[in-house]
Amino acid sequence: MENQNQLFETPENSGQPSVRIIAVGNAGDALLGALGTPEFAGAEFAAINTDAAALAASSAKVKIHLENKLFRGLGSGGDPERGKALAEEQFSMLKSACEGASVIFILAGLGGGAGSGISPVLAKAAHEAGALVLAFVTLPFECEGNRRDAQAQTALEQLKSAADGVICLPSQKIFKLIDENSTLVETFRVTGGFLIEGVRGVWSLLTRPGLIQVHFSDLCALIRDRHAENAFAFVEASGPGRAREVVEKILNHPLLDEGRALAESDAVLVSLTAGKDLTMSEINRVMEQVKRQCVHAQIVMGAAADAGLQDKLCVTIIAARQNAAVTSVTPRAESHSVTTTTTHHHREPALPRQRKRGAVAKAVQGQLPLTIVSKGRFDKSEPTLHRGEDLDIPTFIRRGVAMN
Amino acid sequence: MFDDSNIIAGLEIGTSKICVVVGEQNADGALNIIGLGQSRSRGVRKGEIINPEQVEEDLRGAIFEAEQMADVEIRSVYLGVSGGHIRGFNNRGVHPVVSADREISQDDVDDVVKNAKAINLPAENTVIHAVRQHFFVDGQDGVTQPVGMLGARLEVDMHVIHGHANRLQNIVRLVRATSLEVDDVVFNGIATALALLTNEQKELGALVIDIGGGTTEFVVYSDGVIRHSGVLAVGGDHISNDLAYGLKVPLTRAEKLKLEYGTAWPTATAKGQTISITNDLGLELKRLNHEHLQKIMSLRLEELFQLIAQDLEQAGLTDYLRAGVFICGGSSRVPGIVQLAENVFQMNVAPGHASAVSGLTTALDQPEFATAIGLVKFGSLKNRRRAGRASIMGGIKGGIKGVFNKMLPRS
Repeated sequence: MENQNQLFETPENSGQPSVRIIAVGNAGDALLGALGTPEFAGAEFAAINTDAAALAASSAKVKIHLENKLFRGLGSGGDPERGKALAEEQFSMLKSACEGASVIFILAGLGGGAGSGISPVLAKAAHEAGALVLAFVTLPFECEGNRRDAQAQTALEQLKSAADGVICLPSQKIFKLIDENSTLVETFRVTGGFLIEGVRGVWSLLTRPGLIQVHFSDLCALIRDRHAENAFAFVEASGPGRAREVVEKILNHPLLDEGRALAESDAVLVSLTAGKDLTMSEINRVMEQVKRQCVHAQIVMGAAADAGLQDKLCVTIIAARQNAAVTSVTPRAESHSVTTTTTHHHREPALPRQRKRGAVAKAVQGQLPLTIVSKGRFDKSEPTLHRGEDLDIPTFIRRGVAMN
Repeated sequence: MFDDSNIIAGLEIGTSKICVVVGEQNADGALNIIGLGQSRSRGVRKGEIINPEQVEEDLRGAIFEAEQMADVEIRSVYLGVSGGHIRGFNNRGVHPVVSADREISQDDVDDVVKNAKAINLPAENTVIHAVRQHFFVDGQDGVTQPVGMLGARLEVDMHVIHGHANRLQNIVRLVRATSLEVDDVVFNGIATALALLTNEQKELGALVIDIGGGTTEFVVYSDGVIRHSGVLAVGGDHISNDLAYGLKVPLTRAEKLKLEYGTAWPTATAKGQTISITNDLGLELKRLNHEHLQKIMSLRLEELFQLIAQDLEQAGLTDYLRAGVFICGGSSRVPGIVQLAENVFQMNVAPGHASAVSGLTTALDQPEFATAIGLVKFGSLKNRRRAGRASIMGGIKGGIKGVFNKMLPRS
């Protein structure tokens, strides 16, 4: 374990940031499998898991098995505390595994034992090793039960305080996007696919020679130490009206809360990729709309041409918003802040659900930040939507003006 | 058709109040306002009816008051409509002139107008107004009367205002249920502009913003014709709601605070000041931050103006408003609103006065009545046209069509 950093070749100083993609847990592994395309040739892959069998099947080059004799190689049993304890035990090893990379992507599915337990510790280790940490995580579906959801929420909070940026995909939102009759496999493929698009978006931003280049330093400046939760969307369109179509899709994208996420963000990264025929006016058209949406945000924009795309225009948007709690907080204190800092949470990945269970279930679940912003007398009237904003919500809340 | 009476009534069923204005038109066609009635409106949200029974009751009260004051019986009204579903856009109709001598005839004009009106609307929508803007003869802009000119290609620009048919019908049915005739249905924004703007101002270019209780209508005139119109379902109610939410007070209290302390332009003196709320016995219940109150209000109003400004920017009309911006409606009473609007629009802003008619000064000076007065004016112009008198009004008069007249069977 002590020569862990020899596992990776030292990155030659080519001016490109060295990216290491680390998958945590079974879900992370599955996502990593989908990344094994030639596009990601420059990245180093690693997998961390508590489940020996799953790890053996992983396609990653470097495999780190966290184990304890008590578990008999069977994994953490869905308990994040176990995963966390293991990871903390091996903290120095995780740290050395992260050394030498300038960006670390953590891929994980939150809710289980390994993903929820290890990811925050790994993020901390990577941060200490001097890398920029970006976590791409999925949240469980509603039907997976309250416990997993609560675990995922806690892990997400921890991850947010440990990583530089968290790109979070609430699986439940995907329901809106997929066909009702799609199979389970299909559904997981789609959810995974979305996250992969996010990874790909950031990846190509960093590595692909762009017409308007986004440098590694830009990305750092945008997300470093923000501990923000990011909303992201990937849209594509083709044909003559593609710029307009792309804008429309962005404004209707469920992962961006139909465009509301943009209005609330304070940093937005937009990456446009298209074939060689990408025109300035198209960039202009997309950016103008994005700019109009996010009045208060710092916008970083990149554009790249990729002959393989033909007449498609792909736009990846990552919207970051400063989190209320930036210092690392214990999970308990953090979950408390969920209930108190109301205005900051309506973009939380928490999903609305009916509470039909008794008081016991509630006590476990804690209070979820749901429809925090009441619309008062307009509650039951038709919402006044204007360019993706609900004008019934008080302006000062939508603009994030502090009143105290 | 030309009614035996020369009494014209305008009815606006607003979100916060119902206004009735009665005007009398003399033999020369001049209009004089002789009565007005108003009552609190309780069954309307965002300009649309949510409780017909209550609206009917309030409506009877307002009509009764107006009848008392004017000492006439109101049989029919010009009805103003609003609501977030109403949209305006410009459409162009094209017609090739086929006659051998290339002289444009009245038939050609009728055809081109018909073409311009043939638009692709959602099935459930209906046209409220189709207003003729300008003709183009072989691309030559700004022709107001093409009959008799020579040309091969006749085009016309129309401003079409349309809305959801059922929602518009709801309000018409309700008025008819009170045994009042509906002479015509008019978009509130057009009515307001009619009341506020003089012909010179319409020529120069002006923006009229009517900030009501639940909706804000805006209309742009330039070169004497209507160029742009729109509705935002945001109004004074939203300000109260924001205050109730932000200051954590009940809505009724927020309403009172808005009237008493409200301003659109934060004052320096409010900084650090508190407002104490007392109960009936004079005991203090709560202290509120005055600065926050001002900030919440000014943010909401600023946003409202910004949305309109953006819309105009997009339509490319910002540079055409040489007469400036005119604000009316109940929320235009908020102190500092002119300053705020000037800041947002970067042009001359004035509170609107119903200067285009004569009569009761109490009515004419109040920004709330502008729409209802405009409705009366609309009626008088229509009557004048029916009577075949010489036209004074330019574009709007000729083009506005009472679509609803045709839809409603006369009882």
